[in-house]
Amino acid sequence: MPTTNVQRRLADTAGLVRQPAETLELHPQLANSLVRFIGVGKTYEGAQGPVQALQGIDLTIERGEVFGIIGRSGAGKSSLIRTINRLEQPSSGRVLIDQVDIGDFDEDRLVALRRRIGMIFQHFNLMSAKTVWQNVELPLKVAGVPQAERWRKVGELLELVGLQGKRDAYPAQLSGGQKQRVGIARALVHDPQILLCDEATSALDPETTESILALLRDINRRLGLTIILITHEMAVIRAICDRVVVLEGGQVVEQGPVWQVFGDPRHEVSRTLLAPLQHGLSDELRARLRSTAPTPEAALVLRLSVTGAQAGEADLSSLFNLLGGQVSLLQGGIERIQGRALGSLVVAVSNSPHDREHLLQRARQWAQQVEELGYVV
Amino acid sequence: MWFDRLLQGALDTLLMVGVSSLIALPVGVVMAVVLVTSDRGGIYQAPALNRVLGAFVNLFRSVPFLILMVALIPFTRLIVGTTYGVWAAVVPLTIAATPFFARIAEVSLREVDHGLIEAAQAMGCRRWHIVWHVLLPEARPGIVAGFTITVVTMINSSAMAGAIGAGGLGDIAYRYGYQRFDSQIMLTVIVLLVALVTLIQFSGDRLARVLNKR
Repeated sequence: MPTTNVQRRLADTAGLVRQPAETLELHPQLANSLVRFIGVGKTYEGAQGPVQALQGIDLTIERGEVFGIIGRSGAGKSSLIRTINRLEQPSSGRVLIDQVDIGDFDEDRLVALRRRIGMIFQHFNLMSAKTVWQNVELPLKVAGVPQAERWRKVGELLELVGLQGKRDAYPAQLSGGQKQRVGIARALVHDPQILLCDEATSALDPETTESILALLRDINRRLGLTIILITHEMAVIRAICDRVVVLEGGQVVEQGPVWQVFGDPRHEVSRTLLAPLQHGLSDELRARLRSTAPTPEAALVLRLSVTGAQAGEADLSSLFNLLGGQVSLLQGGIERIQGRALGSLVVAVSNSPHDREHLLQRARQWAQQVEELGYVV
Repeated sequence: MWFDRLLQGALDTLLMVGVSSLIALPVGVVMAVVLVTSDRGGIYQAPALNRVLGAFVNLFRSVPFLILMVALIPFTRLIVGTTYGVWAAVVPLTIAATPFFARIAEVSLREVDHGLIEAAQAMGCRRWHIVWHVLLPEARPGIVAGFTITVVTMINSSAMAGAIGAGGLGDIAYRYGYQRFDSQIMLTVIVLLVALVTLIQFSGDRLARVLNKR
């Protein structure tokens, strides 16, 4: 059973040789949890008094998932992800890795823990004076791994990230995407259970971002690695995450499966972050929109959002029947996130036998979310 | 005979500067590492130690070499048993050069990106690993450049040491060039010094450039 092996390994690295019985007694709901935050808070001493970076964070991250943490800058994402390998020490609360509280670890146990948790960074943080090979080898070298083993492992990882040909290059000679690949190889060299990604694609162009995300997704599937990433770009979350939390002011304001948060964002911050991904109205249409009907014949413009199972078979004829009159499609599309379809349609309804109130009601029978945008002539 | 005297002077200067710099290099680097890592936010944070060492460095840095040399005479006698000759000059030269070099090396060490230290911690480096595998290699080009400056400064100081009986090129220039108005000797010494400094600076720059992979 891989789960118990992993647990035993982590428990060993934590210096706690636990009885198997104790592990088995876990609450069934927690058995699959890898990282747990319990009331985690962090306060910095700023120039103008204390700054609360995190407060009351309660989260559970499960084995094998890709977990996204999103928020605007200053929301506390960096502080939160750094409490997992204790680059950041929480001021209050506890962080549990595999049911072990890492709060009071000394240097030995911390070093052992960090060798089970890889981390990659926005600015790559590669050693400029070391070659690609030496950079990837460094974590093994400091762990006292014998040379033959180091050679095998480094070669294997450079192959995984597709950089065999660059082994003797220095970081300055690499492109951003290649540097991040070196970072990934370095982070994986100890076969970690968790990979932390700190804005790992924020310094990369869109194409490179895509290839790095594909690599991370591949690693997650092939190695069963749990990936925890922070980002300010919803596109990254959409591309690879299973679940997401939205942070704002050091607190969790929204969390859930990605399809859910994308399909039905509840918090204003989530909506703001999602805005760039949504198909905005064309400027031309926006200019024609009026908040009240200028003439009785003016068309009512609605945005209809459909999530989940039924979006796959969005039945337009039933929508037309419900609304009546003339329904014209101004804009729309369906995309799939985690195998679920999310649809968004903007329609203009005119000459309908139903009044505004009834139109809205009827539209709600068809779509989960109905937003009234205004009127056009 | 003139040639022998000049050759002997040049060898004495090289010996004084060579021995002093061989001591100043490791000691200065260690002091710089302590200064950086014991500072607030450093990996071996120890503010008290940091302040004491910083004050010590500043003390020796603020005394002009000529005065330091004279003030150290009793100490020099204690260490090498004499206050004349090449070996007696090594003591004040080393004591003046080490804090000077430590400050320059400290600047290079501070310039190492904090992200690299964080990455090293995240990969499971112990603190001494960070010093050995991250701080020192990353700061190496700057440390080499700083060491070059230190050696050149030491050649400068060694001439002053020559004036109070240490020998070397400075001594020859003082005795024959200044006291006997022999401008030919003076000129030769100047040419030798310029050649020496140029050679050191050139090699130092070259080495720093090769080491710099950024």
